[in-house]
Amino acid sequence: MSEDEISMSRPSVGEAGRTGDWRNSRPIVESAMCLAVKQGKVTCQICWAYCPDGCITRSIGPVIDLTYCKGCGICAQECPAGAITMVPEAEHGVCALDETSEGEL
Amino acid sequence: MSVMTGNEAAATAAKLARVQVIAAYPITPQSPVVETLSAWVESGELPAEFVAVESEHSALTVCIGASTVGARVFTATSSNGLAYMNEQVWWAAGARLPIVMCIANRALAAPWNVLNDQQDSMSERDAGWIQLYCRDNQEILDTTIQAYRIAERLHVPVMVCYDGFLLSHTMMPVSVPNAESIDAFLPPLAAPLTVVDTADPRNIGPVVMADPRADQTGVVRPGYMELRVMHQRALLEALKVIPEVDAVYAEATGRSWGGLVWGHLLDDADVVIVAAGSLATQATVAVETLRSEGIKAGVLGIRSYRPFPADAVRKALAGRKVALVFDKALSYGYEGPICADVRAAMLGADSSPPVFGAVCGLGGREVGPEHVADAARRAITDADTGVSIRETDWINLKLEG
Repeated sequence: MSEDEISMSRPSVGEAGRTGDWRNSRPIVESAMCLAVKQGKVTCQICWAYCPDGCITRSIGPVIDLTYCKGCGICAQECPAGAITMVPEAEHGVCALDETSEGEL
Repeated sequence: MSVMTGNEAAATAAKLARVQVIAAYPITPQSPVVETLSAWVESGELPAEFVAVESEHSALTVCIGASTVGARVFTATSSNGLAYMNEQVWWAAGARLPIVMCIANRALAAPWNVLNDQQDSMSERDAGWIQLYCRDNQEILDTTIQAYRIAERLHVPVMVCYDGFLLSHTMMPVSVPNAESIDAFLPPLAAPLTVVDTADPRNIGPVVMADPRADQTGVVRPGYMELRVMHQRALLEALKVIPEVDAVYAEATGRSWGGLVWGHLLDDADVVIVAAGSLATQATVAVETLRSEGIKAGVLGIRSYRPFPADAVRKALAGRKVALVFDKALSYGYEGPICADVRAAMLGADSSPPVFGAVCGLGGREVGPEHVADAARRAITDADTGVSIRETDWINLKLEG
């Protein structure tokens, strides 16, 4: 028997597929309220630390990779400054069929 | 020759197998297994890591972690402890870990009961483990050692099941093989499937989608059904491996347990009593009584419940007058689980006898050779009068009306 007979993978970006497709609410960052932006240095980073999917950058002002963000809302819940708001995807107009993603996982 | 309980036989086997990690939570009637092992670890007699945990779920989880990185592991439980493990029982099998777990069979609650039946392990039938049932304490010791070789060959976990109190707490003579012969039979565990290596990190047990999919390095990884069919093939391969391992063990120790099934006075038997565990031993006594009355009776003992030895059952039962299957468990709303499997195995087979089911011994209800013999006489009477389908017989039931 080989390791091909068990569930195993090499760590990589997006190994569970385009999980951003699962999202029904999108985290919107209000940069002016972000503590790191206010202080101009890589501080706080609580959203980066809490993101269970590792799709938030560790930086001055978070960048969220919406290709993989599942919209769980933990970042919005944990942000001490209240700088992240979850907004329903329908308000972004993305519920209509996106032809460019057809056939992709 | 030593005199020991079934639980001590299981602990002795784990020691002879040189297990490296033990994690367990106490529950009657299994507790003395891990009490014995923890005492040996404490005294230094057994150089293993004993991990005390707060639940059975955690006990098997510790074994899963240790087995994943290549340790030979052992745990044991009973009844509601096994039920509490359930999620991890499935994980251990699907992750293809060679874990050996002893089950001192006990009734499941509610109603609360600490005595023997086999509902606990039978309820884990479909989880993908190999399940072996033992008839006495010697077989517990020998089967637990064999289980490691079977598990490590196939990468499938094995439950070694034995009846609570009837075996777990009953003293019997047991021959303990010498350590050298078991070391030769069971060499140190080879490297695990996925070696933990910081230079080549891997995710072990990540999410798997329905279909095979190339990972980001371009390697196509199997989908869920591909992993499941490989698991099923390993279980079916066990139909060959279990008897092979028993034969190698016989060379090492002089003792063989028959592999998948065993027979007692089967050659000329008209009525065959089918059972697993210590009840099958009782059935051999019942057969003597029946033979003294001129009834040609025999016993077919089920040693391997999963994988189910359908071919061996067909060969053993073809051409008989009647087969009577005893279960110490019940699939509520249908019938005893072994009976359902035997009936399914015989369906469409040449010269299939009527297959009757009997449920007995639930929650420790007394079932002895006289009960087995009575049930066999009723089965013969029914078969003689042309009955081929019959309701499940409840043995020694004390319910008015």
